[in-house]
Amino acid sequence: MPEAPARESVARRSPALGYALLAPALAMLAVLALALGALLQFSVREFIPGSIRTGGLTADNFRGVLASHYLRYIWDTIVLSALTTVFTLAASYPIAYALARTPSARARSLLLILTLAPFFTGAIVRTYAWMLVLGNSFVQWPVKLLFEPRGVLIGLVHFSMPTMILILAAAISHIDPRYERAAASLGARPWRVFWRVTLPLSAPGVVSGSLVVFAWTFSAFPTPELLGGGRVKMIANVVKDLALDAFNWPGSAAFAALALLVTLALLVVTGRILGRHAA
Amino acid sequence: MTSRLLVLVLLGYMTLPTVVVIVASFNPTAILSFPPDGLSLRWYENALTYPQFRRAAVNSLLVTAASAGLALPIGTAAALALARYPLRLPAMWNTMLLSPLVIPGVAAGLGFLILAAALGLLANRIVLVAAHVVLVLPFVVRSVMVSVANLDPMLERAAASLGARPRRVFWRVTLPLLRPGLFAALLFAVIVSVNEFVVSLFVSTRVTEILPVAMFTYVVNYTDPTMAALSTLFIAATFVVVFLADRFLRLSRVFQIEERE
Repeated sequence: MPEAPARESVARRSPALGYALLAPALAMLAVLALALGALLQFSVREFIPGSIRTGGLTADNFRGVLASHYLRYIWDTIVLSALTTVFTLAASYPIAYALARTPSARARSLLLILTLAPFFTGAIVRTYAWMLVLGNSFVQWPVKLLFEPRGVLIGLVHFSMPTMILILAAAISHIDPRYERAAASLGARPWRVFWRVTLPLSAPGVVSGSLVVFAWTFSAFPTPELLGGGRVKMIANVVKDLALDAFNWPGSAAFAALALLVTLALLVVTGRILGRHAA
Repeated sequence: MTSRLLVLVLLGYMTLPTVVVIVASFNPTAILSFPPDGLSLRWYENALTYPQFRRAAVNSLLVTAASAGLALPIGTAAALALARYPLRLPAMWNTMLLSPLVIPGVAAGLGFLILAAALGLLANRIVLVAAHVVLVLPFVVRSVMVSVANLDPMLERAAASLGARPRRVFWRVTLPLLRPGLFAALLFAVIVSVNEFVVSLFVSTRVTEILPVAMFTYVVNYTDPTMAALSTLFIAATFVVVFLADRFLRLSRVFQIEERE
């Protein structure tokens, strides 16, 4: 039996040239690795006020993370990330379902463009836009929204929706519509079909979308910075305050390391779940 | 019917901020009101003449041109290496190349800042460009890899069998066939770099800062609609770029969205 042509052409290429082609990209990644290494190193170094030099090894920075006034921000970060995940999931599912199931190619591309548009406009423009909406100049909101946790939540959900929609739409489009039709023909009402067939079958998308959104929100910066107005703070805002306003790089590095580790741990879990599902 | 209404309401929520920014940008007074009493272009004039925005726009141009120009060949080479060469542990290299996507911005930003200080490169644009190249690289690698995967190896073999040397095959067959992927990669690189904010905030100064950082500072300090005007220009420019890209590159193919018949 003849070998596949693609394989054959790969086999004839030398791995050495392959590594040479990979080298510049790996060099750039090495710079990132060095930067993160420097960050981790600073997180265990003593802070010398008024200097960007550091002292000896210490655990003080991480003890600082657990100080009561900072613990509050960590708690707020966890609560806001969890709420963002739940609301994003609920708000994204209908759009993802429409995106995956609409028979019209036109409707699909319109939905896709509207979904992706916030991706392309950038964090600052988007967050500034929410400042205008949540402030009271256009609409007199019955409750205060800007510079309050609920306003930050509205912005975070908006920020996370494109990601969640794309992940959910991919999962839903892999469900054979005949399962849903079978359930309906056996007498299940639309809601029952959704709860008992569609939703369970889209579980991998729901789980991985939720984990990704939680991980991203956990280290969100521009949204809480601008919509929180200093009154609502998440971990990333503390990182910025300590690093750029107080010039306490070691203290800041401890918070950044925390955000880094939580994010990476969550994404490793996501990868595991997806890997197990694929297998 | 109710489900269609629900989708419309949710899409409204997604597009509402954009609409409000555009309306606000034409507001005649510094204090926003709705409905506006008249139309004015004064905030556009303000946005285009504000010196710090001008300086930041030039910086954005320099940083984006440099980082996209560097990331494109670096990422293309890496994508070709992964797709075409018998490397050991291909999955590991792939994960590594995509890893900048999952690093929290403040962690990367502070890391680059500390590294820059250690190397005596604080306030140097090189750090900004290096950070942008790293952040843009996953998008370039992904786009080019999709294109390489769709490339029919028979075309290259045909060229080789007709006597073309490997170098000639690469420049005359492989690269032209990859053009859509390379354009998509460039588009992504430019959009990601132009909009990059968090890392740039950490590694730039008032002199080297790019537009998103200047816009952030403006929003924190002033409340007039100048930012709305600049945002509208940003949105319009992005829209034109995406529209043109869709026209010439068929974005749906770039995003690999399979259409069910």
